[in-house]
Amino acid sequence: MIEFKNVGLVYPNGTEGLKNVNVTINDGEFVVIVGLSGAGKSTFIRSINRLVTPTSGSLEVDGENILDYKGKNLRKLRTKVGMIFQNYNLVKRSNVLKNVLAGRLGHSGTLRSVLGLFKDEDKALAYESLKRVNIEEKLYNRADELSGGQQQRVSIARVLTQQPKYILADEPVASLDPPTSHQVMSYLKKINKEDNITTIVNLHFIDMAMEYADRIIGMRAGEVVFDGPVSEVTEKTFEEIYGRSIREDDLRGGADSVEE
Amino acid sequence: MSKNKSDSLSMYPVKTKKQVTLIGLIVLGMYLFSMFWTQREMVGGFSGALSNMFQVLEKFFPPNLSVLSAIMGPLFQTIQMAIIATTIAAIITVPLALLSAQNVTTFKPLYVATRTLLNLLRTIPDLVLAVIFVGLFGIGIFPGILALIVFSLGILAKLISETIESVDMNPLEAMRASGANTLQMIYYGLIPQVLPQYTSLVLYVFEINVRASVVLGYVGAGGIGLLLNQQIGFYNYPNAMAIIVMIFVVVLVIEYISNKIREALI
Repeated sequence: MIEFKNVGLVYPNGTEGLKNVNVTINDGEFVVIVGLSGAGKSTFIRSINRLVTPTSGSLEVDGENILDYKGKNLRKLRTKVGMIFQNYNLVKRSNVLKNVLAGRLGHSGTLRSVLGLFKDEDKALAYESLKRVNIEEKLYNRADELSGGQQQRVSIARVLTQQPKYILADEPVASLDPPTSHQVMSYLKKINKEDNITTIVNLHFIDMAMEYADRIIGMRAGEVVFDGPVSEVTEKTFEEIYGRSIREDDLRGGADSVEE
Repeated sequence: MSKNKSDSLSMYPVKTKKQVTLIGLIVLGMYLFSMFWTQREMVGGFSGALSNMFQVLEKFFPPNLSVLSAIMGPLFQTIQMAIIATTIAAIITVPLALLSAQNVTTFKPLYVATRTLLNLLRTIPDLVLAVIFVGLFGIGIFPGILALIVFSLGILAKLISETIESVDMNPLEAMRASGANTLQMIYYGLIPQVLPQYTSLVLYVFEINVRASVVLGYVGAGGIGLLLNQQIGFYNYPNAMAIIVMIFVVVLVIEYISNKIREALI
């Protein structure tokens, strides 16, 4: 369980990233955070694994306040929170297997990993993860030989190999075309259901949020302006979150062309 | 829009053009002035120097190729000096380059200290280093190797730290987000990205070291340079010419091979 209690974050330059955020995310939920760019979606998500540190309030993960974590505690927190990025963040010159095994680094000893001595079960796990996103035949390809959608699937496999309790996805489909976007979201949803991993996804596409989310949190200017199950959400809700009427580019589209 | 068709649009603003023209004129003026000055100071001018040059050059030919077998030993010594020095420098460079890369060493005082040390190293010419080390350890290859190590460290660490600073930090962020520690991030995120450039730069410095080690011999730091200096000292120009030809061939071959490898790497 993740609990934001009166969380606020002011960046060193004075920008307010989060303002008095109170949110509880239960285990197993698939939450989509929506909002315009600059609304604080990224700051919200990155607070959970402390890539940014809130400056007030308390943020509890599994009942422990993580805001004063340092060193070893922080790394331990991060091993149970996996993250997926907009730009995949793979090492382009390394092969797919090595990229996926990097997800195991937090669980491995420094000497062992530096010598490249991953345990056999780690390697088996990496292969299994690649199989789950149907990209196991690219095992020894270099990451930069893959298409954007394939690279994002590799980064999902990397997160799976980490065996996290939570997955954070920061705009995972913003650099992909509509059919690939749906494919990636479907994998995330499938993993959420099958492994019961709590998943929090930042999106700015309304139709995708409606299609995949259990629950939607709307943000504007660092504040949570909507929080409720997807059944309560209408077009009017989005207009309130965005503070303007809905436009063509708020929709990803292409839901019909998905092939599994 | 209001501009006439014949009145073509300039690529640069008028102000920039004026500034560049002024700078160009100043540089040209400096050239003309120094030419005028050195002409007046030069004894005999060009013609005297040229005739003297041909007189000396004539004595160098034909090169005495019968000494080739005697040259080989010192020549290999020179190459060995370059290999040992480059290898040791390549190893010591790694921590130094990491410490002087701003994106890895976020602790500013440490970064500034390493940067300053490397800048200081680079201000000392290789020949001066050799003179110092020969003075400290006596004539031989050991001072030569030391001089080459210090000299190549200055270049290598600087170039490699700049390569490190230009890597894609996103994969490292992903690893940090999954609980990896700094050493693991460097091994899995950073090294794969800089390895090709690292190898290429080490080979490049090796080329420089082969040439530099020839010159270092001149001040007593061992190798073929020492021999060349002796032969010229004894006015044995045909022998000296044979040595020069051999150096030329070896340097060309090494540069060719190293260039081919570097092309394949990047």
